[in-house]
Amino acid sequence: MARQVLRRLALMLATMLAASLLLFLLFELLPGNVALSELGPYSTQEQRDLWLVANGYDRPVVIRYLLWLGHFVIGDWGNSRLFMAPVAQIVGVRFENTAVLGFWFFALLVPLSLGLGTLAGMRQGSWLDRAISVLCIVTTSIPPFASTVLISAIFVFSLHWLPGTSSMMDGFSYRQLIMPVMALVLYDFGYIARITRASMAEVMATQYVRAAVLRGLPQRRVVLRHALRNALIAPFTLLMLHVNWLISGVIVVEYFFAFKGFGSLILEASLGKDLYLLEACTMITVFMAAVTQTIADLGYVALNPRMRRA
Amino acid sequence: MSAAGAEIAAEVLPPPSRGLRFGWIRRIGHSKVATIGLLIILFWAVVAVTAPWISPFPPNLPIRPMASAGVRAPNGAVFWLGTDHLGRDILSRIIWGSRTVLVYAPLATACSFVIGITAGLLAGFKRGWIDEALSRITDLVLAFPALVLYIIIISKFGASGINIVLAVTLASSPAIMRLTRGLVLALRTRAFVAAAQLRGEPAWRVMVVEILPNASGPLIVDACLRLGYVVITIGTLGFLGLGLPPPDPDWGGMINDTRKFALVFPHMVLFPCLAVCSLVLGFNLLADGLRELVTED
Repeated sequence: MARQVLRRLALMLATMLAASLLLFLLFELLPGNVALSELGPYSTQEQRDLWLVANGYDRPVVIRYLLWLGHFVIGDWGNSRLFMAPVAQIVGVRFENTAVLGFWFFALLVPLSLGLGTLAGMRQGSWLDRAISVLCIVTTSIPPFASTVLISAIFVFSLHWLPGTSSMMDGFSYRQLIMPVMALVLYDFGYIARITRASMAEVMATQYVRAAVLRGLPQRRVVLRHALRNALIAPFTLLMLHVNWLISGVIVVEYFFAFKGFGSLILEASLGKDLYLLEACTMITVFMAAVTQTIADLGYVALNPRMRRA
Repeated sequence: MSAAGAEIAAEVLPPPSRGLRFGWIRRIGHSKVATIGLLIILFWAVVAVTAPWISPFPPNLPIRPMASAGVRAPNGAVFWLGTDHLGRDILSRIIWGSRTVLVYAPLATACSFVIGITAGLLAGFKRGWIDEALSRITDLVLAFPALVLYIIIISKFGASGINIVLAVTLASSPAIMRLTRGLVLALRTRAFVAAAQLRGEPAWRVMVVEILPNASGPLIVDACLRLGYVVITIGTLGFLGLGLPPPDPDWGGMINDTRKFALVFPHMVLFPCLAVCSLVLGFNLLADGLRELVTED
């Protein structure tokens, strides 16, 4: 087990290093791009050349990469041209907002999708199973950009219950958080619920669960004590891998609701061609993805004893 | 994860056979879900092909701004779904927009599958350093959230149909490679593969003729799901302003252009939304129905 953990951690570091090299080559291989991004399109070639020399961009690529990586590791991420402030500071504030959004997303998603999936998988083929399956397949067919529009049409424009933007101009407000969280959960719960259902149905058909039923144990006990433990292995792995999906999802939802979060920051950085900000944002997403994938893999091994010797 | 993939794969694999198994195509009619999905997709395919004849107005022609559904144009024709903020007929734009989606989504999916299957076959069958190298590249690409990858690529290389296809191929072929690799790992130790090797069949033939047809079921189901997902991706890029350049209609772009007016003119955003959702639903239903048919095989 310990060897497996170490191997997986090494793999995680290697992935992050490779991703950083890829991003560096994409963004900074040609120093001209950096100068263009930092000084803007109206700078002269002479100004850009001077800026490059002054900032050490005349050094060999290998040295520049190592220095860039070093700066990144110690948290010196440069200044954002768009926001006229240190990148680390902006990313910190935005990340915090998205973390709150992400927390409520998972707080709602996990009980809803696992609950529905378990209910449907417990009795395969029942009317409840069919109703849940139809609900899930329809909601997963509504992409986030459409669900934001549709739920706004209902709750904002028709019923006037909720605010249509979540910019939180006058401080944090839970009322403004409802719509973004709802849009994300609506698209996503069906997918997890369906995986849970398939996994649950499979476990319910195994010999040991049938043996438990035949022994005369009450169904509640069979499901909660015997079946769920094994049925939840697959959804757990999936939920961890979902952090990666969430980043894609929040970009759309934050953009629509003008939520000042990490997702909209990535979009602003790339549309505004703010190179240092974009570099920091993408490195953070890769970091988060690599860490959660590692946890998912190790969790899978830890939860499923059959995998330990593999 | 690969071990988990193989575990799942082993359960859905049909018995060995040579040549593609198309039994499930004839039985699509047996699955209500798959039939409904297929009908929805066919509906949009017909709409896309016949766009020049069935669309009542040219898609980019400004006629009468902000007309709601059912209002008549100066020449007497009806705006069935109303017009947008520039006065372009929404029905015509949805009809022409179906062409964008139904050209680029299948094209991008096909490219991803060609690359993903080739890499997966090589990695799963040859093993060794090829497997190691391909798996590490896969890990690397999958470490980027898909939309972040699209945003980086599109904002760096510009928004065009080709770039969207390339970006989707880059982002989705690793997942297809993983799936194929898992299926191949479950198949390569089977007797019919050993028999083919003993007969002296070359490696490519064993991979393409012996192994691939037996792995086709789960791959076809994945292709349907992925088509739906690519439709969402193209819509999302349009919605974020990174889609195809205007003025040609694109469902995601239509939603983004008119969502400012949703408070007063909800029809402008509602109909393109319904168009995207119905097409995605079609692919999801077809995938769901096929999954059961393929497992029966």
